Amino acid sequence: MSLTTEQVRHVAHLARLGLDEVQIDSLSTQLGDILGLVDALSKADTASVTPMAHPLDMGQRGRADVVTESDRREAYQAIAPSAQDGLYRVPRVIE
Amino acid sequence: MNDTAHCIPDGWEAVIGLEIHCQLSTQSKIFSGSSTAYGAPPNAQASAIDLGMPGVLPVLNGEALRMAVMFGLAVDAEIAPVCVFARKHYFYPDLPKGYQISQYELPIVANGHLDITVGDAHKRIGITRAHMEEDAGKSLHEGFVNESGIDLNRAGTPLIEIVSEPELRTPAEAVAYMKKLHQIVVYLGICDGNMQEGSFRCDANVSVRRAGTTAFGTRTETKNVNSFRYVEKAIEYEINRQVEVLESGGSIQQETRLFDPSTGQTRAMRSKEDAHDYRYFPDPDLLPVHCGAQYIEDVRATLPELPVDKRARFERDYGLSTYDATVLTGERPLADFYETMVAEAGGEAKLCANWVITDLLGALNKAGLEITESPVSAAQMAALIQRIGDQTISGKIAKEVFEAMMNGEGDADAVIEAKGLRQITDDSAILAVIDQVIADNPKQLEQYKGGKDRVLGFFVGQVMKATGGKANPDAVNRLLKERLGPPGEA
Repeated sequence: MSLTTEQVRHVAHLARLGLDEVQIDSLSTQLGDILGLVDALSKADTASVTPMAHPLDMGQRGRADVVTESDRREAYQAIAPSAQDGLYRVPRVIE
Repeated sequence: MNDTAHCIPDGWEAVIGLEIHCQLSTQSKIFSGSSTAYGAPPNAQASAIDLGMPGVLPVLNGEALRMAVMFGLAVDAEIAPVCVFARKHYFYPDLPKGYQISQYELPIVANGHLDITVGDAHKRIGITRAHMEEDAGKSLHEGFVNESGIDLNRAGTPLIEIVSEPELRTPAEAVAYMKKLHQIVVYLGICDGNMQEGSFRCDANVSVRRAGTTAFGTRTETKNVNSFRYVEKAIEYEINRQVEVLESGGSIQQETRLFDPSTGQTRAMRSKEDAHDYRYFPDPDLLPVHCGAQYIEDVRATLPELPVDKRARFERDYGLSTYDATVLTGERPLADFYETMVAEAGGEAKLCANWVITDLLGALNKAGLEITESPVSAAQMAALIQRIGDQTISGKIAKEVFEAMMNGEGDADAVIEAKGLRQITDDSAILAVIDQVIADNPKQLEQYKGGKDRVLGFFVGQVMKATGGKANPDAVNRLLKERLGPPGEA
């Protein structure tokens, strides 16, 4: 299983990871090895196996629809890089 | 060309599919115990879970699930026995986790449908799926230079995204579908339907193709249109834009566009080459959701009567026209008002319908009020109808009484007493007025006796005028004819 450097660049961009050329080369090999390992699973016959969405064989429990959280904005914004008038400040985003 | 398709250029056909985001009316968020109330100070309702802090665990709001199931049942869809939450990855400042918890391969609702009517044409539109997901926060730009402010109060508000089949062909059909869906979710009580506040908003997928062909053209997606009128205009604009591009030899780019209400145009959003590379995978923080047959039947038992059934019942049980029944069942509170009024009035279903549709809705509309804010209650309206029925007042005087009731001057009986509007049904009292009118108008009497029977109407009018409209019109007619004898008998 091999991964092209182009694919690695694309995935790195999607994940917003800044990689240099050396890292891209080595990661192509390493990620290819990991995929190769996982690919071994495709040799198993899974025709009769139901796909699993979660390792725990349980169903999700529903929570009661009740407001339990209080306003802790001050505490959360004290550790934010930047906040003003109750808003978190970020570099401008506009469409 | 018919008027529903007038905006589509000759020789072309449009293919439209809608994705509608509908905020569920829960008290708390879909995965946290934060309040969902609208209008709080920024970030006052954004908890650690909504902020995507490390180490937090989302827990599904059972009420959000129940509402999604209600929706599925209301559109005759299949409810998945097992559905799964998945992470949808993209980077945007109003999405602090870097992913939205949504559903992908196994949504809660699939394969439903909705019947719409445009003009005289009926059409069934498929609903591909509806899935549960969390809403994102909001970005604000005003008051910032080179920065944006982020409010995460909306982050984590429960949504269902309802995806239609690409079976809509005109902007009018798209709007009819959207209105029908809006009516249903409000009837179900699972969404407040407030489009200004973004509780019900629409993304429109539009493509065009040559009439008679079956392959789909390349589509564009116009995002976040939040009024019925804008949806119609945005789709109409997009159809014409695409046809123009194609007819001049160009090609359509698959892209996301925004509708600008001030220009009535759509424009491309800054291109995101990987906008659709979301890398979905099942969210390991949430277990699969099981909906057993018993649970589904329990939810089904709580479904209210839906608009289409209510309308049919109104036609059948109250003997109303399709038009009257459609208006009265348009909103659940209005239908409830009408039914209470008929029950209190002890019948007179058609008269009640006329009064609600013409007088009450007219007056409320003028005052800018909803039916739930009506100054006159259903019981008070019923009492007014009863005073017409028992001949205390005529239908004409009733309009005056109603106006006073709308102005807060009390209920029907109080207004009738205060203004002395009680109808005169006493023959001797009416006769006294008739004799006076005849004596005062010898010329008209002469004409009547000369054979001009139309003059009778003049006398009726004079008597009504002299009694301030309070004389019973039937009694006036009968007594006048007795007094005057047949016309032409001098």
